[in-house]
Formats: sequence, C-alpha cells, structure tokens
Amino acid sequence: MRAPLSWLADFVPIDRDVDELVVALDDLGLIVEGVERVGGGLERIVVSKVLEVGPIAGADRIRRVVVDAGGEPLEIVCGAFNFGVDDLVPLAGVGTVLPNGMEIGRRTMRGVTSNGMLCSGRELGLSDDGEGLLVLTGTEGAIPGAPLAGALGIEPDIVFDLAVEGNRPDAWCIAGVARDLAARFGLPFTLPTPQVTATGPSVGSLASAVVESPELCPRLTVRVLECVVVGPSPKWLARRLVLAGMRPINNVVDASNYVMLELGQPTHPYDLDRLGAPGLLVRRARHGEVVRTLDGVDRVLGVPGRGLGETGEDCVICDAAGEPVGVGGIFGGTSSEISASTTRVLLEAAYFDSMVIARTSKRLALRTEASARFERGTDPFGIDRATERFCQLLMASAPTTVVAAGTLDVRGDLGGPNVIALDTGRVNGLLGTALGRDEMARLLEPLGFACTPRGDDSLEVVVPSNRPDVRPGSHGVADLAEEVARVFGYSRIERRQPTWTDPGGLSAYQRARRQVRQVLVGLGSDEVWTPSLVDAADDAAVGVHGEPVRITNPMAADQASLRQTQMAGLLRALAWNRDRRQGEVRLFEVGVVFGPPDPAHTAARAGSGGAAEAALPAERELLSAVFAAKLDDATSAVGALGALRDELRLADLRLRPPADGSTPPGLHPTRSLEIRAGLDGPVVGTVGEVDPAVVTEFGAAEGRVGWLELDLGVVLDPGVVGRRSEVVRPVSRYPSSDVDLAFSVADTVPVDLLVDVLEGAGGQLLESVSLFDVYRGPGVEPGRRSVAFRLRFCAPDRTLTDTEVGALRAGCVAAAERELGATLR
Amino acid sequence: MAKGSLSSGAIDPTALEAESLQAIGAATSTEALDEVEATLLGKRSALATAHRRLGQLDPETRRSAGRELNDLRARLEAVIAERRAGLRADERSAVLEADRLDLSEVVLEGLRTPLRRGHRHLVTSTRDALEDVFVAMGFTVAEGPEAETDWYNFEALNIPPAHPARGMYDSFYLDVGEPETVVLRTHTSPVQIRLMEAAVAAGSIPIHSVMPGRCYRRDTADASHLPVFHQVEGVVVDRGLTFADLAGTIETFTAAYFGPEVHSRLRPAYFPFTEPSAEYDITCTICLGAGCRTCSGTGWLELGGCGMVDPAVFDAAGIDPLEWSGFAFGFGIDRCAQMRHEVADLRNLLESDVRFLRQF
Repeated sequence: MRAPLSWLADFVPIDRDVDELVVALDDLGLIVEGVERVGGGLERIVVSKVLEVGPIAGADRIRRVVVDAGGEPLEIVCGAFNFGVDDLVPLAGVGTVLPNGMEIGRRTMRGVTSNGMLCSGRELGLSDDGEGLLVLTGTEGAIPGAPLAGALGIEPDIVFDLAVEGNRPDAWCIAGVARDLAARFGLPFTLPTPQVTATGPSVGSLASAVVESPELCPRLTVRVLECVVVGPSPKWLARRLVLAGMRPINNVVDASNYVMLELGQPTHPYDLDRLGAPGLLVRRARHGEVVRTLDGVDRVLGVPGRGLGETGEDCVICDAAGEPVGVGGIFGGTSSEISASTTRVLLEAAYFDSMVIARTSKRLALRTEASARFERGTDPFGIDRATERFCQLLMASAPTTVVAAGTLDVRGDLGGPNVIALDTGRVNGLLGTALGRDEMARLLEPLGFACTPRGDDSLEVVVPSNRPDVRPGSHGVADLAEEVARVFGYSRIERRQPTWTDPGGLSAYQRARRQVRQVLVGLGSDEVWTPSLVDAADDAAVGVHGEPVRITNPMAADQASLRQTQMAGLLRALAWNRDRRQGEVRLFEVGVVFGPPDPAHTAARAGSGGAAEAALPAERELLSAVFAAKLDDATSAVGALGALRDELRLADLRLRPPADGSTPPGLHPTRSLEIRAGLDGPVVGTVGEVDPAVVTEFGAAEGRVGWLELDLGVVLDPGVVGRRSEVVRPVSRYPSSDVDLAFSVADTVPVDLLVDVLEGAGGQLLESVSLFDVYRGPGVEPGRRSVAFRLRFCAPDRTLTDTEVGALRAGCVAAAERELGATLR
Repeated sequence: MAKGSLSSGAIDPTALEAESLQAIGAATSTEALDEVEATLLGKRSALATAHRRLGQLDPETRRSAGRELNDLRARLEAVIAERRAGLRADERSAVLEADRLDLSEVVLEGLRTPLRRGHRHLVTSTRDALEDVFVAMGFTVAEGPEAETDWYNFEALNIPPAHPARGMYDSFYLDVGEPETVVLRTHTSPVQIRLMEAAVAAGSIPIHSVMPGRCYRRDTADASHLPVFHQVEGVVVDRGLTFADLAGTIETFTAAYFGPEVHSRLRPAYFPFTEPSAEYDITCTICLGAGCRTCSGTGWLELGGCGMVDPAVFDAAGIDPLEWSGFAFGFGIDRCAQMRHEVADLRNLLESDVRFLRQF
C-alpha cells in the first residue's frame, strides 16, 4: 500500500526524518519497498494560456506558440500537438529546473526564440503521459500566471510504498500505519470520530435492509444521502487518492475509496433511484445465478468449484426486491452504479465472513481492493466510523447533501470480545526476554490492546475488534508475543546459540548419494538439473509410455506432466551443448521421477502416517548418466558401474537382458542390459547405450551414447543389494601362481556365471579371476564365443606347488564343463 | 710412456700420472671410462706391474716407492670416480631430453577415460555446503516426497483450505485422488510435520533437523524466480527454546556459511506456521553493508523466513505446545548460490550448459 506522509500526519504528529521512519516501519514489519518524493520541483511552473499557434518554416515537428503567463506574451517553440488556442497548459520559464533535473534555457530554433518550455505530465513528474502537454483547461483555479501546484492542489509529499503482511488487516490503512508508528515512537495517536448532522428523513422511510444469510454477512449497515450533486472531488482529496494509487472518479466513489484507504473499511455506494426497489437484501446466491459486475463481466454464482473447502457459497447483495446488484464484499453490479445524474445515494457498509469472501474471490478469480480487505478480516465495529467519515467527506464536496437520519443496522452473531489471559512468563519464554508485566502492557496498549493486571505475572488483554489475527486462548498468546516483540523491537532481543547433545549427520543413504555423485564427477561427468515438469510426449519419445501423473493446472502444455524418466532431459541437455559446439560430454542427474500411486513405494518413502498417504504418486530417486565423450559407448557405462560398485562396496550386481526378452525403454536393443541385485533379485537399473534412433531424434550426439541408470532408493538399500564384507582379507606373503584358461561357451551363458563357477571351484585359494579376452570367429562354433580368464591362485600360509595348482586348474575346468557346457580351448 | 722403463720396473710416476689423466679425460662415455680404468689400474696395468716389482727394491727405496705408488693409485681412482659421476649425469640428461614431453600437447579427449574431472551442479554443491554447515552445528538432514497431500503441505501448517494465505503459495495440483488434494510441495515444510509425527510416534523429541529439497510454485520463471526451485528449512523442537535461540542459530549459520563479516537481522513478518515470525536479512555480500546497487543501498539482502513454531502446527502434529517449543527457518538454496556466485539469471541453472556447469 502507498502511504503519503501528509496523510499519516493527520493521525500522529510525526517528528522524525524519512530515514528514521523507514527503519522504524521495516522494524515494525511494515516493509518499505520504496520511498517516493512527489510534487517537488514545481515551484516555478505556472499556468499559461495559449494565444497563438503557428507553423515554423521548414519544420513540421515543432510549432511556434505564444502564451500568456500573466505578463508579457511569451514566444515558445513546442513539439506537442494536443492543444489549441485558448487552452491552458503548464509553462516552465527560462531557468526552471524540472523535477527530472532538466534545466530550461533560452534557445533559438529555426529563427524562433523559445522563452521556456510547455510541459507534459511526465516531464513534471505528475503522470506517465509523455505524449502531449498536460492540458489544464477547465481546471478550477487555473488562471494564467498562477502557480501550477496551487492550481492542481499539489503539495510536496513523501509516499511510502509498504508491504503489509496478510495477518495485519489493521495496518492495511493509513490510520493503521499511523497507529504502529505512534506506538513505536511513543507519540499520541488520534483517530477522530466524525459527527455529521443528519437533517434528512429517517433512513427507514427511504430504504430497507434485510440479511437472509447472517452467517455469510454478520453485519449490514445502510445509510442514505439525498440531494447529492455528483461532481469532481476536491483537489486535496483527489490528490491523496492519486498518491495512494487510485484514480479519482467522482466525489461519491472517491469518498468511498478514501474511507477505505484511510480506515480499512470498504463501503459501496449505490444510486438509490436505480435500485429495483429501495433497499438492500443480502442472501446466499442461488445455484447458477448470474450477476454482471462493474467490469461488465457476467459472473456465475453458487456453483462449487474444485478443491478442498470449496462450498460454492456466494454472498450476493440484492435490491430490496431480491434482484442481485453485486457480489457481496467483492464487486458491485452495473445496474445501480453512481452516475452524473445520481442524487440519492445508498451507502452499504458491511462485515463479511472472511472465508466466504476468500473462497468466492478465488473461484471467480476476482480480487478487488474490497475483497482483499474482507478476506483478511475487517473490523465489524469500525463500520460506524467509516460511514460517518463518508458522509462528512461527501457533505464537504457536495454541500447540498442531506444525510438521512439514522442507520439501518442488521446484526447477526458478531461474537464477544476476545479476552486473553496473558502469562508474562509464557511470553518471555517464547521470546527469550525478561519483560515485566507492566512493561508488556506499555508495549501492547498503544496498539489498542486493553490490558488489566491480574496478579504479578499476568495480564488480562482485551483484543481490539480490528485485530482478527489475534486468536483466542493459548494460540493468541503466541500472537500477542509477536506484538510485544514487534513494538519492543526484534533487534533488541538477545541472541543465544542453543546446544544439544544429539550428534548431527547425514544418513547412510545421503552419504552414499554423495559418493555416487563424486564417482561420476571423478569420471569426468558434469551434473545437470533437467526439468521435472515435462511434456508426456518427451517420455514417450524415449520409449516410456506409462500414464504420467498429470498437473491439473499447468503453466504450459509442455510442462503438464511429471517426468517418468530423466532420459529425455539428459538427451536434451546433450543436444543443447552440442548445438553450442560443446559436444563430447558426459552428463548425469540425480533426481526424482514420478509414477502413479503405488502403495509399496509410498510406504517405503513416506515413513510416518498421515491422511491419504496411499494416494501420493510413487517417487523414485534415480541416478541417470549419459556418456557421449569421444570413444564413449556402452563400455564406458559399464566401467562407470564398476567404479560405483567399488566405491559403494556393492556385492553381486548382475547384468541381464530383461526376463521377457524386451529392451529397456529408449535403449539399444543389442547393447543394453538390466542391472539386477543378485541372480534372483529385483532390477535396480539399466546399463548400455541409448537407442541410436533415439539419439538421432533428440540430436543428442554424433556417435554412440553410453547409458547408466540406477534406482538409488533400491540400490543403496543394503537389504536389497548386499555390501562387500568390511572385514579385511589378509594379503598373503607367498608368491601367487597364474593359470590362463580359454573356454568356448554358448553366447547365452553370461560371463559372470562362468566367473561364479570358477570362483566356486577355485575356493579359498583362488585370489582373483579376470577376463582378458573375448573372441568370436573362425575356430569357434557359431553361437559360441571364446572367453579367456587369468586365474590367480595363492595360499595365505605357503607357496602352492605345481601339483596343487594343477589340481585346482583341473577342478575349475571340470566345473565349467559340467555346469555351463563350456569347453576348454 | 716407454715400454722399457716399465719392464725395467723403474716407472716415472709423474709421467704416468699425466698420461693417465689425459686418458681419463679422453673417455667420453662411462663404458670408455671403464676400459680406461682397467688399463690404468687393472692387474696388467703399469701401476700394478710396478707395484708387484716393489719387492725387488731395497727396503729403504721400497717404502718410499710403495707410498708413492699407492698415493698415485688413490689420486687416479678419485679422478676416475669424479669423471664417472660427470659422465653418468650427462648420459641421464641425454636420456631425459630424448624423453621430453610437452605437457601442453596432451590430448585428453584422445584418452579412453578422459582425465578430466566433472562438476557437481551448482545447486548440489551449494546444498552440500549448507548441509555441512548445519551438520557441524548438530543438525540431521531429513527429506520427504515432492508430491504431497494437502494436509502436509497446507493444513497441518495452519493454512486451512481456501485460506487467503494460500495465495502466498500458488500451487501445482496433481490429477491424483480427489481434486486439489495432492500438490507438488510449495516448500519443504511438510517434512517438518512428518518429522514431528515420527518423533511423537517414536517418543523421540527433541528434533534438530534441516530439510533440503526441490519445491514447486506456479510462478513465471524470470531472472530471480523459478517455478521449480530448491529450499532448505530447519526445525528445532525442544524444551525451553526461545526466539533468542532462533536468532542465535541464524547468526551462527550466517557467519559459518557466508563468512564472519556477514551478519543477520530479523524483521517482523507473517507466516501461517510460525508465531512470532520474521524475515531474515543478511549483510549484503557484495558491499558488506556499505550499500550498493544489489542491496538497493540498504546494506542488507533478504534471505529467508523464520519464527517460533505456531502452536496450531504443534497441535496438528500432536505435540503439546505448553511442554515443547520450537523454531523453524528456511531459505532458497538457488538464491544462496545466486548471491554467492553473482549468478545474474537463475534460469542458467536449468540450461545444462557445460560452459556454465564447469565453473563450479
């Protein structure tokens, strides 16, 4: 909100400089987002009357203008065209410095001397309009030679642009800001109670007020003003509206807006004679009822929208005959708008249930100055001051106005005062302060909280009706503690570093996840962050066709689903870099992918209970890596998997084709495998190459793209994938013996099975088995290949004899032949 | 050297020494020197022969001649050793020179495994650094799902359905279950509720945890906002905690992460899940408080929000607010990275451009 200093000064005698005020406002939680100095620099700008306008030879963008500025006629060169003879326009004489710093000099252009400059609103800092001159014709008090500031009613002022938090409806008005400042500086705060003389007939004889739904609208007041002459507002009032960011419209509407800005109470003026029947009726909207609001849009009411807490309840304001004239608390209707011919005004000022307004405003996507205030909570007892102030302002601007006697006042349940027993020990316990009972009372009372001592350590606090944010009971104690701290000053609360004995730390999973990243980084891979909100077509392009979790309210069609894979994002990242001549890269991502709700997964991650747990989408945290550097292919990915296995001490990972003979999504059909936890364990990832067709479609790389993916939640769970023993295996001090064996074995037999068999046969004395050659071709039957291993035998306590090694070798060969149909070559 | 004089046993030591030194000096390799050494000092050398013949001399002469021969041998041995060391050094230099490799010419991409280290993402390294600071302060690190129930994301945090405060968190809803019951979490605060519930169930309060993670808000992306972003929050629940403990914790963290010259300040603010609530600012990391363009001349940068856990949140989690108190705080990881590394546009984080990524 914009708060002019001069307006604040109506309520508190501010004697501090601007910098001090900014610090205080910030410290009170009224965050200063800007300070604007307005209306300065106009001291030497005067009103002038155009006497002549004529062309300048050889120039079509400037004209010669002669003006009367109260003295001798002045010749001016002017580049604007939005005025004519007899118009009144602002003149900056020679030597004037405009608010924007520009100094006016005497200049001669094409033989014509310019003795000053005629100004636009923008040049004077008065409006955004820089297209033409600020035409003053018709402005009261604008006579040639008169100071412009006086004619426009402009005083130099300072405007604070404040961000008022949602829990401070009381501070969202000029008087509220003034109250906080007064409390902080210990200055008197004065909120006048206007008293207008009501000389008209009884309001009850002119209009009626009925509330059929008091739970939506617990208080409705109606006043009537007659003999109103609609016209422009006084300059000072219009000026304040402009400074506060509102456009002056006419004296009736302006008075209503002024009261809202000043006191925080929205009101709505109706043309009494344009209501179908004199008076107001407030009721719940009927299902599907249509109201045309002031912006000309037809609003359908009474139909529940989507979402929790949505009731479809709308409060409509109707004329006395029951015909809707506005959406309660949000927007007026067009039918009874104030117009130039209005003479009788019905003023509605009400108190609405804040949640009703919030729901309707959200559902209609209609947020107005009024609805924003009602949904935060207005003061049900501040209405009388507001309507009185409205009458006072309108009587000042339209002196013929006659105010009808009395107010129609329909009240439902407005609740009693909120009285809180404030234990000072509890407040100090929350704040870490040591404030006494009376000290606390002195901090709270300037804000309107009435405090009565109750014993040595307790106050009975009556919460003022403009503080709906302060809750009853023990919750209210926390709210009051904030008020105490705010006025005391957050910065004055001492600081203390709490200590505890429990050690901090990362979980085993979190430590392992860091290791995963370090391994990939160590292999030259750069980590990327690709979008989670994707186009489902992207997933499909990498072969993932499952039904995605869709976003109800996406920001864009290509961000309407939660990703089911990171492959598309990584391929796009490769393409992005390739397009920028940064090919030959390795990239990886550690991130979450989503699937439809899966009770098993949800239970695994969710931990504790709570409502509707099973309905949550399944989330899996994946490591996904692409290898697209020079010479990279599936073997790069297998190498990376080996590095991860070593770093994480993973035991028994198996590379296998999918059991159903399919290819993992997006992968190369003959150069990809699944990674399994043990022979019969679950699939924990995939490894291989991205399908070349997919690589091409994404423009991801020139050559092969290696691929590795691990489901971290599974692979890092020691219950699923075992860990190598942490117990050291002593290194033998005796020499080892190597035996090289080449087997011919069927293509369908994975090498790791052969290794298993050799290890089983070699037993404790087999130190290592390493594959050193694979051969297919002449000399090996089709459907088989030759695989060559080096077996290293070693005993911990002696040098193995040739006989012993020979026996071990024979045992290994026999086992391979017997169990896997391998033949020694 | 005259053969005759050798065979007669009467050598001329001075001449022999001169000849020997010349031969040693003429050897240009260690191999040649080995040969020279054998010639000069070996069994069949003039020196050895002369030595053998000493016995034929009279005792008087024998003693002085023997000393003379021994001295000569010792001198020659020393000269040879010195010459050998010199020749070895020369030979090693030649080998090394032949082995010269210009390291500026190494073609890393030509290697099967690139000898280039990759880089963690800036968000990851920032998150890790933040976690490390908090872990050192005694915090554990907790995580939770990114898709959340309305209860955890809003209601348990004292933001009931249709509450205007929901306007602060424009949410993405998911087509899961009843309409608008499942959201992409708008903050990591739901993890606080999960932690509290778990601690109540396990009887394991106090809680000291930080919760880093990815969050989603329906904001248009610009230089300083992303609809998908990362946040870290902390929550401490124990007996007797006060706003002073909160302020102290924030200050300790700020100095530990940003450096001892960076301080914190708290200003009143509104969050539905804390009361009292505060925004916290830190000393501008660009100008260190002097005032600059980045901090709009204030000397302070807004970092995050914090406050004492609202009693309504404790109620929702089943914790007695009269027995326990707590504080919570939170801020953006991406924003931290942006401030620390002067990243002009947060959208760079999502572009996956290695020219950006490799700087961190």
